Amino acid sequence: MSEETAQLYQKRIQIYPRSVKGRFRNLKTAALVLAYVIYYLLPWLRWDRPNAPDQAVLYDLPGRHFYIFGLTIQVQDIFWLAGALIIFAILLFFVTGLAGRVWCGYFCFQTLWTDLFMMVEHWVQGERPARMRLDKGPWNREKFAKKGGTYALWLLIAFWTGLTFTMYWTDAPTLVVDTLLGRAPYPAYFTTFLLTATTFVMAGLAREQVCTYMCPYARFQSAMFDHDTLIVSYNQRRGDGEKGRAKLGKGLKTREERQAQGVGDCIECGYCVQVCPVGIDIRKGLQYQCISCALCIDACDTIMDNLQWPRGLIRYTSENALSGKKTNLIKAKTIGYGVILVAAIAMLTWSILTRSPYTATVEQVRQPLYSQLTDGSTRNTYEIKLNNKLTAPMTVGIGIEGATGAILDMDGMERIALEPQERIKLLARVQIAPDPTGKGEHIDKITFVIKPLEGVTAEPIRRRVPFSTPDDGR
Amino acid sequence: MSEKMHEQQSTGAVQTTGHAWDGDLQEYNNPLPRWWLWCFYGTVVFSVLYWFIYPSWPVGQTWLKGFGSVSYTVTDKATGQQKEQDYRWNTRSLLLEDLSDAANNKQRKDMMAKVQAADYEQVLKDPKMMEFARSVGKGLFGDNCAACHGRGGQGVAGLYPNLTDDDWLWGGDMAQIHQTLVQGRNGFMPAFGQVLKPEQLDDVAEYVLTLASETRPSDASERGKEIFHGQTGGCYYCHGADAKGVPSQGAANLTDKIWAVADVPAQKNLPDKKTALKNFISSGVNNTRIMPPWKDRLSPTDIKLLAVYVRQLGGGKQ
Repeated sequence: MSEETAQLYQKRIQIYPRSVKGRFRNLKTAALVLAYVIYYLLPWLRWDRPNAPDQAVLYDLPGRHFYIFGLTIQVQDIFWLAGALIIFAILLFFVTGLAGRVWCGYFCFQTLWTDLFMMVEHWVQGERPARMRLDKGPWNREKFAKKGGTYALWLLIAFWTGLTFTMYWTDAPTLVVDTLLGRAPYPAYFTTFLLTATTFVMAGLAREQVCTYMCPYARFQSAMFDHDTLIVSYNQRRGDGEKGRAKLGKGLKTREERQAQGVGDCIECGYCVQVCPVGIDIRKGLQYQCISCALCIDACDTIMDNLQWPRGLIRYTSENALSGKKTNLIKAKTIGYGVILVAAIAMLTWSILTRSPYTATVEQVRQPLYSQLTDGSTRNTYEIKLNNKLTAPMTVGIGIEGATGAILDMDGMERIALEPQERIKLLARVQIAPDPTGKGEHIDKITFVIKPLEGVTAEPIRRRVPFSTPDDGR
Repeated sequence: MSEKMHEQQSTGAVQTTGHAWDGDLQEYNNPLPRWWLWCFYGTVVFSVLYWFIYPSWPVGQTWLKGFGSVSYTVTDKATGQQKEQDYRWNTRSLLLEDLSDAANNKQRKDMMAKVQAADYEQVLKDPKMMEFARSVGKGLFGDNCAACHGRGGQGVAGLYPNLTDDDWLWGGDMAQIHQTLVQGRNGFMPAFGQVLKPEQLDDVAEYVLTLASETRPSDASERGKEIFHGQTGGCYYCHGADAKGVPSQGAANLTDKIWAVADVPAQKNLPDKKTALKNFISSGVNNTRIMPPWKDRLSPTDIKLLAVYVRQLGGGKQ
């Protein structure tokens, strides 16, 4: 190292991943198709919802409602979102502890979109050597056409990705028409532009740099690894043998010949390195750049199949298995995460299933706390807030209990019809004559009972509130 | 070189910066990607652009105002016309833009028009309009009425009527409240100090206290009753033969538990209450209890909203 001065900044090495066929490639493609079908088509799905937008999944921020199929989430239920995020986080911990960076390799949107962009690149510019030749070559007509074509297709995909993201926040068909006619609102254009730009840059240009240098999850997932976690690994003992790897050559054609000479099964074809989307050599062991996409397994299996040697020179294994010990998948960590995960899912499900179709709060008006009436009785005033959470009308009745002789006056609004998703504040006056029971009883609390009468069946809501009198504090 | 570094990182042998301090203290070199550095320079350039778009540096007595501008709708106070106005970017103009464009504002205008078209009967029956009246009325009441009647409408005993009870001096139905607001009120009661002798004042005060069940009838109260209902005092002209008051005169109901005008409850014992009442009857009310007319100060819709607000404060009985 003495002959060279240390460089503080690193030049990026362009990666040209070769395509590969195999079982993990098929799994990745299946995950990709599934994710894209859901992502791109979901906003177009309609849902019959009377008195509310008919988009199956719609996050209506101005209207403060999230519509997810049959479920309508109101502002006060937003903690469900926190619950869902907690579940996703624990699911990540659980899966990562068990099977390593499964999320990174198969499901992460960075992986999916990079994959799609590489497919486009491959389709337009050809396989790895062709792409490398094109990059090295001069800017002639062919290079302009192929590079331009790739960028144009990328941009188109990126734009549709951005627009689709925006569709989740407003009515999709209207948005598409409005966007193309130039009359969509500014935030819609801004969101679409931002997502278009980030998709193009991240999936087209930055690629593995995102996973290596930007993504925090990539780094902290290693904290969830242990010696039993599944990792993609090269079998060094089999591949290197005693004397190391060697190309297929004279006297080194069959396994028997090679083993006799102490040479391993790796024929140094370099296919596993060429297919790697992050540009590492898996034969150097576990590296932080590895996203566990398993494409090197497919590559090596292809070669082994061709040579009719057994598969598995590169395979899913664990550090314990590599050092000859047993891989223990059912361990305290897995069980712990599993239990927490099941509990969190159960709690969220329970919370959603037992949600109330309406809410009611009662608050005492404090200025003045009470007023004396002409017949000597005391009056308190309350503000009642009602919220119909359904997309259907309902009728609600308001009454009081727990106070003999108390009179409720709401100007005839004790029985109130609520429009779908209506929120309303009502005023309630309650008057109680002095000593209504004749037993010298002092009333300082009353209970409002709000119960649904029509349109829905649900438990009545009870709200116990203070009742102030001049006798208070004597 | 980079290839080599990659290899070193992959194999776990990390390059050092090449220095050694205290003999063996070395520093690892994990080079940052070059593009990351360019991103940093990019943010520096971006911040300079910001200086020109948004208000930034102080310059002498003034500052760089920025090219950004915000447009919003303003109402011209003199003509009542609405017009678009451009102003340089700041948080105040953003707020004005928000206020003039927001969906809430449209909702408010729609509701205002609905109230304007409705009569009292319709407003009182409509929960949405009542909610609106309470919300807008609270602001109007705070601006115009609370100075005397208090923030919650509880008034000041002996000076300004309490609007939260069910005792309405000038009547509690919508027409009467509307009239009170539009035309104002001027409470009057003649001073009896010159008309009645001190002992007669005593008797009348005693009688009025029995009316409100503060004390039991006695000889004195019987004498007071004669003065009240006879030509000597003539109190029944205004307060009525049943002493229950006459709203059209603003004459108080003397038979209920509420002392709407005279501050009798402030006194703790009976003799003091009697003295307070006697003094009140003696001096009367003349130009001390005036409510100004509001018809020239508030719009008809504002008066409508205020009337509904005041009615729901007290419940609007009688």
